[in-house]
Amino acid sequence: MPTYTLNTPLTDADIEKLRAGDVVLLNGIIYSGRDAAHKKLMELLDAGKPLPFDLKGASIYYVGPSPAPPGRPIGAAGPTTSGRMDAYAPRLHALGLKASIGKGKRSDEVKQAMRDNKAVYFGATGGAGALLSKCITASKIIAFEELGPEAIREMTVKDFPLLVINDAFGGELYAKPKLDD
Amino acid sequence: MREIKAADISAAVAQMCMSANTMLPEDVRRKFEEGYKNESTEAGKEIFRQLLENADLSAETKLPLCQDCGLAIFYVELGEDVYVPGGINKAITDGMVAGYKDGFLRKSSCHPLERKNTGDNTPAIIHIDFVPGDKLKISYMAKGGGSENMSRVTMLSPSQGWEGIKKFVVQRVAEAGPNPCPPTILGIGIGGNFEQAPKIAKKALLRKLDDVHPDPKVAAMEAELLEAVNKLGIGPMGLGGSYTCLAVKIALAPCHIASLPLAVNVQCHSARHEEVEF
Ligand code: SF4
Repeated sequence: MPTYTLNTPLTDADIEKLRAGDVVLLNGIIYSGRDAAHKKLMELLDAGKPLPFDLKGASIYYVGPSPAPPGRPIGAAGPTTSGRMDAYAPRLHALGLKASIGKGKRSDEVKQAMRDNKAVYFGATGGAGALLSKCITASKIIAFEELGPEAIREMTVKDFPLLVINDAFGGELYAKPKLDD
Repeated sequence: MREIKAADISAAVAQMCMSANTMLPEDVRRKFEEGYKNESTEAGKEIFRQLLENADLSAETKLPLCQDCGLAIFYVELGEDVYVPGGINKAITDGMVAGYKDGFLRKSSCHPLERKNTGDNTPAIIHIDFVPGDKLKISYMAKGGGSENMSRVTMLSPSQGWEGIKKFVVQRVAEAGPNPCPPTILGIGIGGNFEQAPKIAKKALLRKLDDVHPDPKVAAMEAELLEAVNKLGIGPMGLGGSYTCLAVKIALAPCHIASLPLAVNVQCHSARHEEVEF
């Protein structure tokens, strides 16, 4: 399995070399955001207001971490189910979002948006919250603090272990269930 | 009447919330080890390796196994001769709130429409069964949203029988695919009525993964369903493989002559539960 070490923000050239099944160790800044935060991002866009972070080349991690215990930048921080953000992802990809990170299936609309805008969907291991937390070296809330675990955080990651689930060329890693009928 | 102090119950519940979220049950760990050894795909093996490392790290650092520390579900067997001054519901709720706060566990409960977080993981979801005697047993389960979302209840027609049940369960697991963090555990409630089927389905998840149902017929049904869902090849985290599901636990209850209620509760690999007795 090819393994790439990539730095954020991601570029078209980064995305073009990735194929479903590749391992990526991601470094740099990523942004946390899940259900409620996405809804608020849409409201900002609808109102023509600026977003709390620059979408160009950005990576959004679908995560709602547990509270940081004393002496650690963040608590457990594994992915949440990505499908719930399918309603919002195409609009963000059109505005420059290069990668989303989560677990579980994406809709056809999101896959199309990734092809149209050169973007990828990374899977992180669900339920490995303590393990993934180790790769997050800093974290600060940059928007929607009132949302608690759903606030948008700017996170610094070091060799964050990811798998390319959907690439920008229609490739997908997930196994198709084998049904008889 | 035997009096049990509310403060003792709260302290035990708080402790249980914290430890269940950081100590993977032994039977689950054994299944991970088995999966790591036997999974046919490299990607699936790697997931088991990560999950074992995650469990070690969580036990060592006290960071939760999963950031989704769930809604807090309690199954209570309350002896009819037990008296809890102040009330058992409050004692459990207070303990849960303290455990989630002191253990730095995530609070995941919100208003259904306004989506505002309640801030302290309340309400605890408490099921109380009265039993003869003066003992008290409280089982706690941390149930995450990702796997709960993949659970379903349906009202089958009695004519659909076992074949209909099997078809529904396999279809459910196939549709859920990678979403509920496989390898999963399935709690299957057959019979009862519209509210009872899901209740017994979820409660069945408290059983040990490697126990064998005392009724050989039900044990055979569990084995048959496990084999059927694992043939789907979804594998750990949906990456392909033979471990889509670690165990199937079935609970039966008598039902109306017109009905065949069926509930499938999908539990992710992060099967966190513990119990305490007084
Ligand atoms: S499904 Fe389970 S393991 Fe996966 S994120 Fe939710 S609680 Fe954690």
